[in-house]
Amino acid sequence: MAVKVVFLGKLADLAGESERGMAFPLDWSGLLNELDAELAEAVLSDKVRIAVNGEVIANKIQFHAGDGDEVALLPPVSGG
Amino acid sequence: MAKDVRLLSEPFKPGAFIGPFTDAHPGLGGVCTFVGEVRVDEGVEALELSHYEPLTLSGMEALADEALARFDLMGILMLHRVGVMRPGEPIVCVSACARHRRAAIEAVDFAMDHLKGNAWFWKREQRAGEWHWIEPRAEDHADLARWR
Repeated sequence: MAVKVVFLGKLADLAGESERGMAFPLDWSGLLNELDAELAEAVLSDKVRIAVNGEVIANKIQFHAGDGDEVALLPPVSGG
Repeated sequence: MAKDVRLLSEPFKPGAFIGPFTDAHPGLGGVCTFVGEVRVDEGVEALELSHYEPLTLSGMEALADEALARFDLMGILMLHRVGVMRPGEPIVCVSACARHRRAAIEAVDFAMDHLKGNAWFWKREQRAGEWHWIEPRAEDHADLARWR
């Protein structure tokens, strides 16, 4: 088991995949270390949110994920 | 009060849902339905909507609950497509029935503004074989602000 990181919307294009396993425990700095520069920069945007196991985290830099958790990286929704 | 909220991965005919929905609410005074379709737009070959299972449907359910709490409704129907759609295909259908028309009309307007501006969907469109992500629009935030 590991942490499953899910990339949504255009983040999936930048990642070149829709999900990736990462070592646990995983936090904000650990996540940024795992992402290449362009993807890390996109995730740093204020508009990108993070959900852990289907709960959107109020302050994403405080997220924490353990074994078997699912972390979703959510770019802004597209609107009309 | 009944709610029927669904994500659909295949093309649908709104009438096939609206008929049974209104039949399920005898005694209603009015029913208001909005259907959104993929606009026929120069050069757009297809539209793809992606979603995130753990958030998208539960977010729509919460929105339907909010509409039921806010407006005097008998029931609400909320359908949203995901996947690849062609121009002219329905994307979204919201229908509300109520004892009096204004609640139904306002509930549909409220639900559509929130589905457009706030629901967990990501859209991209295909032009000349290439996919392009659709960015958020300022109007969507203005539409949401109407209800605060």
